[in-house]
Amino acid sequence: MSDAARIEFDGVTKRYEGRGRDAVHELTLDIPAGTFCVLVGPSGGGKSTALKMVNRLIPFDGGDIRIDGRSVRSLSAVELRRGIGYVIQNIGLFPHMTVGDNVGTVPRLLGWKKQRIKQRTQELLELVGLEQDDAKRYPAELSGGQRQRVGLARALAADPPLLLMDEPFGALDPITRFRLQTELKRLHEEVSKTVIFVTHDVDEAIRMGDRIAILREGGILAQYDTPDAILEQPADEFVAQFIGEDRALRRLALKTLRDVKLTEPGSQEPGSRVSPDTTVRNAVSLMLDSGTPQVVVVDGDKELGVFRLEDAGALL
Amino acid sequence: MRRAGGPTVIPNFGHGSSCVTGDHAFCWDWVRGHWGDTLGPALVQHIELTAIAVGIGFGIAFLLGLATHRVSRIEQPVGIVSALLYTIPSIALFQLLVPFTGLTYTTIEIALVGYTLVILYPAVVAGLRSPSEDVLEAARGMGLTPLQILLRVELPLAVPVIVSGLRVAVVSTISIATIAAFVGPYGLGNPIFLALKEPTPFKTEIYSAGFLAVALALLCDAALLLLRRAVVPWAGKRFA
Repeated sequence: MSDAARIEFDGVTKRYEGRGRDAVHELTLDIPAGTFCVLVGPSGGGKSTALKMVNRLIPFDGGDIRIDGRSVRSLSAVELRRGIGYVIQNIGLFPHMTVGDNVGTVPRLLGWKKQRIKQRTQELLELVGLEQDDAKRYPAELSGGQRQRVGLARALAADPPLLLMDEPFGALDPITRFRLQTELKRLHEEVSKTVIFVTHDVDEAIRMGDRIAILREGGILAQYDTPDAILEQPADEFVAQFIGEDRALRRLALKTLRDVKLTEPGSQEPGSRVSPDTTVRNAVSLMLDSGTPQVVVVDGDKELGVFRLEDAGALL
Repeated sequence: MRRAGGPTVIPNFGHGSSCVTGDHAFCWDWVRGHWGDTLGPALVQHIELTAIAVGIGFGIAFLLGLATHRVSRIEQPVGIVSALLYTIPSIALFQLLVPFTGLTYTTIEIALVGYTLVILYPAVVAGLRSPSEDVLEAARGMGLTPLQILLRVELPLAVPVIVSGLRVAVVSTISIATIAAFVGPYGLGNPIFLALKEPTPFKTEIYSAGFLAVALALLCDAALLLLRRAVVPWAGKRFA
């Protein structure tokens, strides 16, 4: 597995002829290797533009973008793109190729041996949760969720150190989206790659991101930080409004009862029995629902401790 | 160019069967007796006329289509010229060409090729446009060169539309080629033309040649449909 790459946006500007303001304005971002970085913001914020400048599908007018210290302009566009995974909302699978051939696209371009491509394809299908038999099927035979899994496998095929994802789950139904979000998160922990992920959905940004960059209209960076830090201290009114007035609850959703300190359980504590994987937000919701200001955290038969409403307040 | 094979045969009323001499609606014995000297050769010529016209027409349409794909500005002028060509009645077009190329096989083929272009050129252009923007963006994003995109994505995806165009072109050329007999003694139009020249048009000859033209068109259409299924295994599959 190749290592993850560090990505630096250094004062990058993109201007379209005949438009009053920049699409992206002097964007500076340092994305450490292995980070899951989400670009989020309202439409017109230039987040997709910023993403597509990394693999030079859109040329930029000023500044520079570096991958592990090397400018993206130091390579030919074709060479650069073969080293970067790319996933888009409408996936863009090749309808005339089988799933297996779709996944093997970049390895074929790179001239891998047939046997190696076949082995890699099987590995990837398993990684993204598809069956080996699916390799022989055509994209038209798959569901939307399965297609996006193929899209992800295809992007990962040549094991790139960087993955660009442009609203990859935007066209999926909520249940499929949630499932794929969870799996992508797990996958990211497994394969250690830098991911730049564009979405307009704040919930998705908070759930997925190690770091979030919030862009406002005109392609101006409003805030770049961890989800927790942004929720705790929005940089300005725009950010506060964008992330919503329920940001305290959103922060609690970032932690599970495994992450917090519990009180020793007494005997016969009242309150709902919950698993340690419950988020603090859901625990609070349960307390309000049951009218008991505490929950008992249990792992199987074992009582781990008690979590109280005031403990939740103290976390904020 | 090949000349018409064998002498053209005008039915001999004196020695024919009573069916032929009485000019009944359809005489099997005449068809059997003249398959070898009239209908068979005319059918072979007809296939030849069509194959050459569609072959050359497809070659030109394909190159023009590729050029248009590169430089989309030329689409309108090329489209207008070929559409104008199509509005000229076939017989008139044959007559227009005669002063330049004479009463020859070449005249016929030039006209037929012109007609196939009207169908095949838009088919090639539309076919090359069939991949969606998402597919093209994914292809670019993965680092395919423009040539690789053309060869591996755009052309394979154009095949269904191009084959559909070929079906229309083949069927219409088979039909239009019967009129070629006005220029020279070629194809299935020739027996029809000659039978019409009789003092009383000889029905069996008209019907049998006409039937062969229709049968040939249907057969070619079915063959192209099967070809399309064979080379486009991905179309028609649906998620169930």
